[in-house]
Amino acid sequence: MNPFTYVRATETSGAIRALGRDSHFLAGGTNLIDLMKMGIVTPEKLVDITHLPLKHISRTPTGLSIGALCTNSEVADHPLVLKHYPLLSMAFNAGASPQLRNMATVGGNMMQRTRCPYFFDTALPCNKRVPGSGCGALQGYNRMHAIFGASDQCIAVNPSDMSIALTALEATVHIQGARGGRILPFADFHRLPGDTPEKDNVLEPGELITSLTLPLPAFPDHVHYLKIRDRTSYAFALVSVAAALQLDGGNVRAVRLVMGGVAHKPWRLEAAEDFLRGKPATVENFRQAAYLAMQGAKAYAYNQFKLTLAPNAIVQALKTASGVTA
Amino acid sequence: MNKIVLGEPLNRVDGRLKVTGGAKYSGEYKQPGLTYGVLVPATITSGTVTAMDTRAAERAPGVVAVITVFNAPAVPGFQKDAVKPVRGLKLFNDNKVYFNGQPIALVIAETFERATYAAKLVTATYAETPFETSFEKNFDKGVVPNNGQYKDYVRGLADAYKNAPVIVEEDYKLPSEMHNPMELHVTIAAWVGDDEVHVYTKSQGVMGSQRSVANAFGLATEKVHIHSRFVGGAFGSSLRTWPHEIAAVQAAKLVKRPVKLTLTREQMFTSVGYRPLTIQKIGLGATLDGKLVGITHESHSQTAVYEEFTENAVAVSRFLYASANANTRYRVVPLNVGVPCPMRGPGEATGAFALESALDELSYKLGMDPIALRLANYAETDPERNLPWSSKYVKECYALGASRIGWDQRLAHPGSLRDGEWLVGYGMGCGAFGAHRSATTVRIRLSADGRVVLWSATSDIGPGTGTAMTVIAANILGLPADKISFELGDSGFPTAPTQGGSQTVSSVGSAVHDVCVALRGRLYELSGLPVDSTTDIDYVRVLKEHGLPELELSGESKPDAEAQKYSSYSFSAHFAKVAVHPLTGQVRVRQLIAVVDAGKVISHKTASSQMIGGAVGGIGMVLTEEAVIDDRFGKYINGNLADYHVPVNADIPDIEAIFIDKPDPYINPIGTKGVGEISLIGVAAAVANAVYNACGKRIRELPITPDKLI
Repeated sequence: MNPFTYVRATETSGAIRALGRDSHFLAGGTNLIDLMKMGIVTPEKLVDITHLPLKHISRTPTGLSIGALCTNSEVADHPLVLKHYPLLSMAFNAGASPQLRNMATVGGNMMQRTRCPYFFDTALPCNKRVPGSGCGALQGYNRMHAIFGASDQCIAVNPSDMSIALTALEATVHIQGARGGRILPFADFHRLPGDTPEKDNVLEPGELITSLTLPLPAFPDHVHYLKIRDRTSYAFALVSVAAALQLDGGNVRAVRLVMGGVAHKPWRLEAAEDFLRGKPATVENFRQAAYLAMQGAKAYAYNQFKLTLAPNAIVQALKTASGVTA
Repeated sequence: MNKIVLGEPLNRVDGRLKVTGGAKYSGEYKQPGLTYGVLVPATITSGTVTAMDTRAAERAPGVVAVITVFNAPAVPGFQKDAVKPVRGLKLFNDNKVYFNGQPIALVIAETFERATYAAKLVTATYAETPFETSFEKNFDKGVVPNNGQYKDYVRGLADAYKNAPVIVEEDYKLPSEMHNPMELHVTIAAWVGDDEVHVYTKSQGVMGSQRSVANAFGLATEKVHIHSRFVGGAFGSSLRTWPHEIAAVQAAKLVKRPVKLTLTREQMFTSVGYRPLTIQKIGLGATLDGKLVGITHESHSQTAVYEEFTENAVAVSRFLYASANANTRYRVVPLNVGVPCPMRGPGEATGAFALESALDELSYKLGMDPIALRLANYAETDPERNLPWSSKYVKECYALGASRIGWDQRLAHPGSLRDGEWLVGYGMGCGAFGAHRSATTVRIRLSADGRVVLWSATSDIGPGTGTAMTVIAANILGLPADKISFELGDSGFPTAPTQGGSQTVSSVGSAVHDVCVALRGRLYELSGLPVDSTTDIDYVRVLKEHGLPELELSGESKPDAEAQKYSSYSFSAHFAKVAVHPLTGQVRVRQLIAVVDAGKVISHKTASSQMIGGAVGGIGMVLTEEAVIDDRFGKYINGNLADYHVPVNADIPDIEAIFIDKPDPYINPIGTKGVGEISLIGVAAAVANAVYNACGKRIRELPITPDKLI
């Protein structure tokens, strides 16, 4: 780990002011400290933001507001979240381990880097870590990698479970910068790699995530977060699916479908949603939706299985969310 | 506490220390002036180091020394004329690089963090040479091991299975599997003058470590003190003294201060061995009524270019079942990788996965129940050595396991049994491991306050050695367990074998038995009673009456010739019930039963725990664990516990160990055969066979991850 300076901020504008070149905000540290130990990020300064007043979970006229410094477990276990947005709790609880969830924050979860092994090893090429050094995964061991939205520069995936649910719930991100604040849809926060894979998201230097808002109407029933992984807990998704349905009798009134483990950002399945909306909730329709969702998917040497596992997971998530088995 | 009898459950005698932080592990011994060593890995996979720049590291704050391949002080045991040359990699002795991650420098600093930082500042230039890490690509370069112990074996006719009416001929692949004990490997070396050293290290055999360090540095054996009282898991990875342990001692000598060297988790993947990647071919031929006509077992496994490692994967096919014809072949494929080493159930666990899977495949071809098939080929005597078994209760194991798991619920046709959306299946697999016993000495002292202490230079890597020894001593002496303590893990104690090969209770337990019998006899003598009396006497009063402050005895115990007339194995039969989700490929092990013929059970609770721990290792082998090298770089790319998947609690079902608990009459005075290895051997096949029974997919390449089942 590089020598670095450490400052503790007590209010938001001060934290933003304190951030200089080669600086990082430090929240739960569950990802950043690892990256520093591995020599993947080498900040000269850490600005500790854990004392900022960004820890609320409260009702708003239009839904729910969650402070960026709430821990993953605080949100997952909160009665309002459990009641109105159970999909979010399910996604949180599918991620990491209880110890990590007790430390990791909501804002930090949004900022976590890919778990691509080539990104994580400074001896190996990675365009995300060292732009222009090449993509180790493209011709390498790409079992965990993207099947949607990748580029020749980067085929890594975003590892967050939380973000999959927040995309499905159409959350909004509140960001504060030196020149004021801005608000953007959660789905626009993360980006695809394109020719600049070093950028995971649209946050500008000096900007700080302050809160999220979850809108109404919520999806209180008929939701499921399905995560398929190599062991039953504490593993990243091979694929995951957030499915949220509003059912009207046997028909789909509203639907959200987002996949994880398949792209550089949460992958919303709009074609599948469009197909299902207004149609009877049947397994046959789920299968057709999954088929539509997979159009344009492209696999690599070691992740061909995702072309089968992903649609299967979509069908299974919809079955579990709807309770429809035939 | 009341008297305890052999086999009774006793809580771990050191359990409280372990769960309260009172147990002191090797890295926790405070030393005045302690420095910290961090290794610098080579970033090439084969070639030579041509130059190194250590100036930035040497200038970094807190750095005491930087040892490299160019300036390392000579280690006497590395020299060509050494009396007992050090085996394997001689760290920093020359500039050759044999595998990626091989240490090329060691930075010593005042703190671990300073050393870690400075280690990153060391740079090297290399002359690279072509390397090979791909096992598949080099499969055909497999050679008969040089050590002469693995000649092709033929009983009757070779490849006789080919002419049988019913044939199974398949390849089975196991990836490299890392021991990954919770506790990292750590060594503290502290010299006393120039000719004496204390080494606190993670060791399964303090006497072996003592010999290795003494040989390496040309020291008198008694001037090397190895301390390894508590070990946080090892699974075979601490059976030998590794290059980094020698490096720690070398560095401490150079800087004239104690050095603590801790491997990182990533370094654990290249520095302390692993179960080698193996491809096995099994050929089974049977008559229509299921009698085996021939067994052929071939194994190729990876080894290192700089040191040969071998293990007996094919051995199980020579003795587990009766077959007039059996033949085995074993080849090793040298690659630019770190050298493997034994991992729990070494060889047999690998071989049993292949053999027991193939038998399961044969059972379906024959339309025969897998247990009935095994009974039809039951070996009443050891077909390999042509000797009677010292004891074997495997039929009882089959019956107990089948009854306990509900084998009668199993449907022969795969994919027939459902529980909601899940497909349910049953499978079984067997294990065996040689039951050994080595010469051991134990010292015992009875004090005037009635307390008994025993000493032996054995280890406890987790099974609860001290607990089992306490049970034996308490049983013979008729004392409550809390009056007895058993001291281990120090090379200053009387001679004991390394803790490996499931022989600790058999070896050390027998010596404890014998020395306790001797002590009791001496006390009877003092009381004027015959030595084999069964009268209750008050030991404290006997000492007092004879004006003795204490009574101390020491005795060696070793196998007798009678035992050589028998073939001794521990046996296990594992039964698994699994559920497979047909859409998502998820596997859930719902139940595991391990039925064990390990002779007399000494300490029921710790033996059960050991069986459960081994089963967990078996679940890792079959479902989750795989170390992956990117052959373009020759480097492990999942060298951490997030990407290398050791099973977690959620992967583990109820596991029950059932013991036959009948003493072996020949192996030793306590009748015990050992459970360390058979707890794991056969588990992978039981689960894989249950997966097939559940969903009809036969997975011959481990681990069975969801992608292989959809």
